[in-house]
Amino acid sequence: MAKKAIGGIAGIFLDEATTVNAARKVRESGFTKFDALSPYPIHAMEEACGIKRSPIPYVTFVAGCVGLLAALSLTYYTSAVDWAINVGGKPMFSLPAFVPIMFELTVLFAALSSVGAFFYLSGIPRIDPPIIDKDITCHKFAIFIPENDVGYSADRAERLLKDLGAVEIKKMAEY
Amino acid sequence: MLKRNPLVLGNKSLKDVTDDICAPIERVPSKEWMGLFLGAKGLFIFYILTIAMVISTGIGLLGVNHPVAWGTMIITFVFWVGIGHAGTLISAILFLFRQKWRTSVARTAEAMTVFAVATAGIFPLIHTGRPWLDFWLFPYPNQRGPLWVNFRSPLLWDVFAVSTYATVSSVFWIVGMIPDLATVRDRAKNVIRKKIYGALSFGWRGTAKQWSHFEMIYLVLAGLSTPLVLSVHTIVSFDFAVSQLPGWHTTIFPPYFVAGAIFSGFAMVITLMTLVRIGFPQFKNYITIDHMEVMNKIIMMTGLMVGYAYGSEFLIAWYSGNDYERYVFMNRAMGPYAWSYWIMVTCNVLIPQIFWFKKFRRSIPIMFVVSIFVNIGMWFERFVITVTSLHRDFLPSNWGQYAWSIYDTAILVGSFGMFFTIFLLYLRVLPAISIAEVKPVLNVGKEEDEHHGKGH
Repeated sequence: MAKKAIGGIAGIFLDEATTVNAARKVRESGFTKFDALSPYPIHAMEEACGIKRSPIPYVTFVAGCVGLLAALSLTYYTSAVDWAINVGGKPMFSLPAFVPIMFELTVLFAALSSVGAFFYLSGIPRIDPPIIDKDITCHKFAIFIPENDVGYSADRAERLLKDLGAVEIKKMAEY
Repeated sequence: MLKRNPLVLGNKSLKDVTDDICAPIERVPSKEWMGLFLGAKGLFIFYILTIAMVISTGIGLLGVNHPVAWGTMIITFVFWVGIGHAGTLISAILFLFRQKWRTSVARTAEAMTVFAVATAGIFPLIHTGRPWLDFWLFPYPNQRGPLWVNFRSPLLWDVFAVSTYATVSSVFWIVGMIPDLATVRDRAKNVIRKKIYGALSFGWRGTAKQWSHFEMIYLVLAGLSTPLVLSVHTIVSFDFAVSQLPGWHTTIFPPYFVAGAIFSGFAMVITLMTLVRIGFPQFKNYITIDHMEVMNKIIMMTGLMVGYAYGSEFLIAWYSGNDYERYVFMNRAMGPYAWSYWIMVTCNVLIPQIFWFKKFRRSIPIMFVVSIFVNIGMWFERFVITVTSLHRDFLPSNWGQYAWSIYDTAILVGSFGMFFTIFLLYLRVLPAISIAEVKPVLNVGKEEDEHHGKGH
């Protein structure tokens, strides 16, 4: 994914409600690739930015099924095929005894794959991500409009963010 | 209308929250911390030396013998795994139940889980007697003919349960910390510090998309951890319950073990939180008396549950009409190990009843003392289950006593050194309260009328 650095305009906001409102307005003005940054998850923000529900649960489900089948085949192959040995007169393929293993591997596969999906979808790990403002992980909020967005012009973006209550405007060479 | 008490005291702004929580990791450690750390570390070194002796000489140094082949190692393993359960209960189950008060204690409770499971994991590895061959516990293709582990054995289920639990709770803990580590990164003044926390935070930025995925993964991991944590102590109890031994062979074990695990874990959370509140006074605004009171209520309730299990075991022993079963329980209460049984009943059932009184539930010194008693009582519960069942089974010619040795004591005491060393280091290098989770609940209980119906 070697792509050219994309710059843009970022507006810094000081409170949650203004930011959510601004995000909604920026979206209504026709921008589609803009991003909102905040120090904590804001529930109204997904709707304001038009973000769809995260697809992570599908990964969880599929990985869980794979884990279940993997455990089933592992126990079946080792206990009933490769090394079929009589333990206490129990059947070679003693399904109830394998349930704990199947459960644990289901959870293990599902959890680790979901975390992998989370990393992939969130674009992390990322080395030295450009930081708009150091305080965005503390108490400030930001909305960023990239220069390749529909109908972008630096002036228009700047004016829009200012009107929506941005206390500071930053030009970013890279995002 | 019932008003909610604020979850965070002292009218904090977003910046105050960050400053308060990051303070302990951005300053020179206090004398008290250094004192505690050196003490814990000394004990940890002592523990390492003890383990070295036990491994190089053999587990004959411990009191295990015939007929009591399971001793301190298994007792203390179950004890520490149980401690871990409260952490997952707070971080996962209470999250699913939307209990907002959990936010300020979740991080540290989850850390406690990870460290307690790490402490626990060492015991069965040494208990095998030849720890250098412990990789035999896992099924892997080998050149010793077709030779695999026995998947019908509860001990092997335990290998899978505990290792999955350790992995998933570590991942849950680390993922939950990513945004906070980014906060620490952005505050760092020193380049090396910035690099280290930058790497630990995986380049997190806090965009709306990232938060959306973050909340989803948190929910998914909470949903997966919930049945996982219940399965772990269930499977630990299978180690006992699947055998034929009177006193072990009961169906009540899984729920009884899980309740006991949560009981002991909450006691450990109270022990640690009272210490954290003393060590870092600014945390008192986040981990308030209200939080402690809620946890004390859970301790009282789970204490009643284990009390019920103790009673129910006796009833069933009598009702089963099985002579061996009846004898084991009479022997527990009146035999040579009766002292351990009555320590257990006193610490776990009687002492927590003090929490019926609000005054005691909200008193830090009292809850600290009670939590210590519960920890002691829960260790003795595992002692009672393991030793009293083994020492007198079916044939009187097969009876004996556990030969407690000084190495048993050293291993037990030393494990606390390991746990507290890691825990104290954690308090110094990682944000001990979830910054990003506390910020959204700042308004809970404040200006209730104005915020009514807003969000969430």
